[in-house]
Amino acid sequence: MAATSDALQAAPADDAEWRPARGKTGMACLIAMESFFFGTFIVAFLYYVGKDVKGPTGKDCLEVGPVIVWSICLLSSSVTVVAAVKALARGAKAAFEFWLGLTLLLGGAFIYGTAAEWRGLMLDHDLFISTNLFGSTYYSLVGFHAFHVVLGLSALGLIWTLSKLGHLKPADAEKVEIVSWYWHFVDVVWIFVFTSVYLVGTGVLS
Amino acid sequence: MSTLSTTPVRVEEGAARAVPLATRLHAWAATVDHKRLGIMYVLAGLVFFVIGGIEASIMRAQLARPGNDLVSPEVFNQLFTMHGTTMVFLVGMPILLGMGNYLIPLMIGARDMAFPRLNAFGFWLFLFGGLLLYFSYIGAQGLYGTAVAPDVGWFAYAPLTDRTFSRGNSTDYWILGIMVSGFGSIATGLNLVVTTLCMRCKGMTLMRMPLMAWMMLIVGVLVLTALGPLTAAQVMLLFDRNLGAHFFDPQEGGSAILWQHFFWFFGHPEVYILILPAFGFVSEIVPTFSRKVIFGYPLMVAATVAIGFISLSVWAHHMFAVGMGPALNAFFSAMTFMIAVPTGIKIFNWIGTMWGGRIRFASPMLFATGFVAMFVIGGLTGIMLAMVPFDWQVSDSYFVVGHFHYVLFGGTVFAIFGAIHYWYPKAFGRMLNETIAKWSFWLLFAGFNLTFFPMHISGLLGMPRRIYTFQPDRGLELWNLLSSSGVPLQAIGVTLIVWNLVRSLRKGAIAGNDPWDAWTLEWATTSPPPEHNFDTAPTVGSRRPLWDLKHPEDPDGRYE
Repeated sequence: MAATSDALQAAPADDAEWRPARGKTGMACLIAMESFFFGTFIVAFLYYVGKDVKGPTGKDCLEVGPVIVWSICLLSSSVTVVAAVKALARGAKAAFEFWLGLTLLLGGAFIYGTAAEWRGLMLDHDLFISTNLFGSTYYSLVGFHAFHVVLGLSALGLIWTLSKLGHLKPADAEKVEIVSWYWHFVDVVWIFVFTSVYLVGTGVLS
Repeated sequence: MSTLSTTPVRVEEGAARAVPLATRLHAWAATVDHKRLGIMYVLAGLVFFVIGGIEASIMRAQLARPGNDLVSPEVFNQLFTMHGTTMVFLVGMPILLGMGNYLIPLMIGARDMAFPRLNAFGFWLFLFGGLLLYFSYIGAQGLYGTAVAPDVGWFAYAPLTDRTFSRGNSTDYWILGIMVSGFGSIATGLNLVVTTLCMRCKGMTLMRMPLMAWMMLIVGVLVLTALGPLTAAQVMLLFDRNLGAHFFDPQEGGSAILWQHFFWFFGHPEVYILILPAFGFVSEIVPTFSRKVIFGYPLMVAATVAIGFISLSVWAHHMFAVGMGPALNAFFSAMTFMIAVPTGIKIFNWIGTMWGGRIRFASPMLFATGFVAMFVIGGLTGIMLAMVPFDWQVSDSYFVVGHFHYVLFGGTVFAIFGAIHYWYPKAFGRMLNETIAKWSFWLLFAGFNLTFFPMHISGLLGMPRRIYTFQPDRGLELWNLLSSSGVPLQAIGVTLIVWNLVRSLRKGAIAGNDPWDAWTLEWATTSPPPEHNFDTAPTVGSRRPLWDLKHPEDPDGRYE
């Protein structure tokens, strides 16, 4: 029987078609899946705006001012992580660690902002996940976003540690870039969460 | 190169015997080989298939005559919940994804899936998710005591799942078991997409991929889009039940209907996740046994992509009886009619492939032909149900049960058995016994129709779904008895298949590389394939690389 894979070498190689890279495609798939996951929570939040039978709701207890500051931190960390990847690609280790460290600080500041907001909601406004529909939808949506920020921070923190230990080479820039995609995704989700919770949910946009 | 064809089977068996059992089991448990994971997926799925089948048989025995008291209403509720959940999440998905796992790298000339370790992770998540669900039979508490399985139906409608109405934790077992195995499905779906896009061998352009690879690519995309919302909705339900949240709690302004939207936004793409791989199997089997190239390859690809898109906007046809209003009803009815078009194109293309072919009714082709016929019936009753007024009449009746069993049993399960008969020689190097295979097909075919066809009639006569008994003298006795009497035939058919699978491991005739004289790449390597699949990375010049090899004077590339 001649039909073995060796014989298949004979076929003409007329293939000019581009194949996407494995890691980036995998991350794109993960991001697509996560988008639908977050989309479901956003739909639930928006669907329930104004349907509470008792307060407090977003109108009563959310302050947009501080959140804008923390949001600027998170969104600008997307810029610093790009700078970090570019630095790694050209082999500038010190610059890479500086930009990545700054990304970690900005992400950490955002998490601090979320924590401070939650503390205020629980202590001053007596709002918990079981209080009302706003509590249920707000804490799950913002909480899952914060959880993803922490996941991203852990991944970036691991990379920073590896770099400090000297295990990172310029050739790894593509892998770091793949992780940075996830970080960008977390930022983009925040734009949607911010619009839903702090603009629509508080009545600024309605 | 020609000496590779028959010997490796015996060499591997001989070598395996020398290795202690524990070492061999450890090799399976620690494997990241897509072929071993694929076999484990199918094996685990078949075990769950037998369990889910036993649950169905008990229900049919209970419904064989009116006023029967074989099982209590509480047990009956658990049986239909576990039967549905098992068949969708622990049988359909793992077997289909497992077949994709086994076959896709071979079909596109790759060494393995794109992410082998993620692949193993996905399999074990699925298995332990399934075991967690079944542990409820031992460990869960419900309204009627301990050791009770979930009893809220496979789509777990709110507010029945609320803590108030579903005491204890059996519903939490349903949530967590499905969620864990769902993470596994997401991992495998991601892997399928990346593998088909990135791992194709030289010459394997997208438009030269076997149709099954195309279907698996779309299935992967649907898994990624459908499982996220399901997980999110299950998290909300988990929060409702355990943290006191109010997502689906009408007392606090929550909406029970929103759960239905979320569930079916997953649930209808899920139906296509379960049927597209079956389309893929049939699209490989029918050309081989008709001795013809598939009819309308580009149209088949286009139809698959169209089904992928449209399947995301038909979900609320499960909710016509809810009272969504005429605008939404009309939209979802129209979309459901629309999805029948690409599906119908596929049916005609399979028939077009068979038309004028030299058809050989070996067992895979029997199952594939049975699939086409049964799926047409299920598809047509589906179009009936897409009409809102008709749906209002028969919603939640046995008509619907008959409909979706024609799609998922007559469709998906028949195609799975066809695929198992077709690719078993590749996976194990031995042929299945053709006589047993034919008996099992005809028994299953007869038993299936005997069970499920009368359900259309009992449904039209008013027999509701999910009811543990029915009154005498309503004209339902005969149809229910007929439905129940098909069960033993199906049970014998499935037993014969399992027996055939086991006995052929040792007694089957040696298969060789290419027992069906087929044309796709998986038949180019040995049976079973070596761990690295191909000794040298293949290069292909058309959709049928093995045709080109066997007929160098008339290669396919000329006509594509």
